Amino acid sequence: MANLKLTDVSKVYGNVPVLTDINLEIEQGELIVFVGPSGCGKSTLLRMIAGLESINSGQLEIDGKLMNQVPPAKRGIAMVFQSYALYPHLSVRDNMSFALKIAKVPAAEINRVVEEAAASLQLTEYLDRLPKALSGGQRQRVAIGRAIVRDPKIFLFDEPLSNLDAALRVATRIEIAQLKEKMPQSTMIYVTHDQVEAMTLATRIVVLNNRGIEQVGTPLELYQKPANKFVATFIGSPAMNLLPATVTETGQQTRLSLAEGALATVPIATTKAEQNLIFSLGARPEDMQITETDDYIFKGKINYIEALGEVTLVYFNNPNDSVPIIAKVAGIASFVRGQILKFTVAPDKLQLFNQQGVSCKYRES
Amino acid sequence: MGAILGKNSALTWVVHISVLLLVLLWTIPTVGLLISSLRDKDQLVATGWWPSFSTVERNLIKRSAPASEQLKETGKYLLKGNVFADQAGTVTAFGWRSQKPGAYVPGDTVQMRKGKTLKIEADGRYLLTSPTAFTSKRGARLFVTVLEKPIFTLDNYSEVLFAEGLGKSFLNTMTVTIPATVIPILIAAFAAYALAWMEFPGRAIFLAIVVGLLVVPLQMSLIPLLKLYTNIGIGKSYLGIWLAHTGFGLPLAIYLLRNYIAGLPREIIESARVDGANDFQIFVRIILPLSFPALASFAIFQFLWVWNDLLIATVFLGNNEEQLVMTGRLREMLGSRGGNWEILTASAFVSILVPLIVFFSLQKYLVRGLLSGSVKGG
Repeated sequence: MANLKLTDVSKVYGNVPVLTDINLEIEQGELIVFVGPSGCGKSTLLRMIAGLESINSGQLEIDGKLMNQVPPAKRGIAMVFQSYALYPHLSVRDNMSFALKIAKVPAAEINRVVEEAAASLQLTEYLDRLPKALSGGQRQRVAIGRAIVRDPKIFLFDEPLSNLDAALRVATRIEIAQLKEKMPQSTMIYVTHDQVEAMTLATRIVVLNNRGIEQVGTPLELYQKPANKFVATFIGSPAMNLLPATVTETGQQTRLSLAEGALATVPIATTKAEQNLIFSLGARPEDMQITETDDYIFKGKINYIEALGEVTLVYFNNPNDSVPIIAKVAGIASFVRGQILKFTVAPDKLQLFNQQGVSCKYRES
Repeated sequence: MGAILGKNSALTWVVHISVLLLVLLWTIPTVGLLISSLRDKDQLVATGWWPSFSTVERNLIKRSAPASEQLKETGKYLLKGNVFADQAGTVTAFGWRSQKPGAYVPGDTVQMRKGKTLKIEADGRYLLTSPTAFTSKRGARLFVTVLEKPIFTLDNYSEVLFAEGLGKSFLNTMTVTIPATVIPILIAAFAAYALAWMEFPGRAIFLAIVVGLLVVPLQMSLIPLLKLYTNIGIGKSYLGIWLAHTGFGLPLAIYLLRNYIAGLPREIIESARVDGANDFQIFVRIILPLSFPALASFAIFQFLWVWNDLLIATVFLGNNEEQLVMTGRLREMLGSRGGNWEILTASAFVSILVPLIVFFSLQKYLVRGLLSGSVKGG
């Protein structure tokens, strides 16, 4: 049974639609990540699940019960906010026991639960401090502890790591992953714009863009089988290169003609009607391999080089777009700016997107 | 670079010195008031407060011993004594006519009318001689200029507090001020929370009305309000003035507090809501403790305004002993005791003492509360 179910959920601010017809089912024990560019409505969707935003149309069900009009506290959810939202005038202990006191839980029970949560988050020695005497990471742990003590059915995280510095972010990310392992029965929904967080934490990722869901899938599904151009470029870093390609031969295999006279044959089926249309050929930077032969799909003059040690990122001007073509070459490479390189990609790793941006490879899914 | 730095440090000095001068300018009158109120009333009349710590030269009129104490020696009648009676003192000049009270140096023997002579020593001993018998029962007038040590006393305070009725008025003012500060804060805090964080139709219009009320002069409502009080039987009473001050203070209170409360982080309130708190619990357990700076700053405003108010007290309270507030008492004293500086200065200082204490104990909240609208995080 679905733990949480969204059916045709929409949200409008005034006359501006923010989310349109969202359909999503989340199973118990999943860690779902909502990811997308800023302003795509991912936080709004989370706040609608939390009950902090009203739902204009559609249905939200938790454990089979309609929750549209139920106040946040009765939905069985707990939320961790981006700014931590700790009560600044209360000690860590009082922060964590606030919800239980409101719910009139006996004091002894509150004490036991808070001590337990504090111990699991290494907060025991800070219980009597005020939030302002804690570091950012500790505050974030208090916010998580405050959610844990309520023993919710669903945890909601609203960009919980975006206020932390880079090193702490990695550490806290791992803590959240371990927390999830300790509580396999609880469902978590996690909003982020950071795709590394999404890839590492999620059991399934929901990619949101432009008022709707672009694709739902496990992290590797999204990486290997992007349903459309947006997901293809959004997941993976650096982003997937998109080369304009004219369909010259359709069928089970498609032949394409690219810029600079390059030709490619990909094991992706196309229909007769698509003959001579200009599609986008997708190639991930890490799949680009240097070749000396004429069997290349991309040829270009090096514009910029970023040597990171383990890999070297090589940038090329993209004649059709402002987004550069990027190749990721393993190790330290001794290229010079202005040098001309040719690249090939294994045919089964190439993606093809039609003019609407939909993947030809995974059309049916 | 060096030139700029030099200029800046010179500027800093100018600022510091200006501030110091302003502080002096503002505090000197208060200091003068305090010193004057502690001085002996006769000295207060003689000199200003600024030479009050040094020895004062004063012209006194003393009288010699009466005629009944005269002695007769070698054909002359003598009157002896000391102008300071039992105390010690120093005479710097003396005289026997009111036109020239300090004409002679101590130790001189001075010819008076009808062959009388007068001699006054520096320690105050005097000797009057006359060829004929003294007849005055009150003694002759002696004009002396003496050096007198400064005298500081709390007598003025005990007089104004217990004899002049200022103590009772002080209590009356307290009776007006404390409820007239607390009641509007209680009401305004609730209203401010509702206007800031609760969704209800007409909220914006409500707020606009409150802001609009800020500019209504309270004078125009005095008489209608008093009529209303008389009609419904409140009349001139403490209840009436509490309600009046509450009404007049509420627009500013709601406006200030709403701005502060609206500036509190939304996520904290949402977090409390997710934690299951209803609006009342959010208000009492989250909003009130976090708004303390704003509450304190408004409390200071309202307290000072009510404390110093004369107009509303004159309209809504009677002129009797039970209802006369301190400002009213001071006004009466100005009329009846206008020449008695020791009374007026002591009364004035009693009346500013409480506002000073309130201000200095809460002033950090005053500044913070005033800035709360403009600075993030308050």
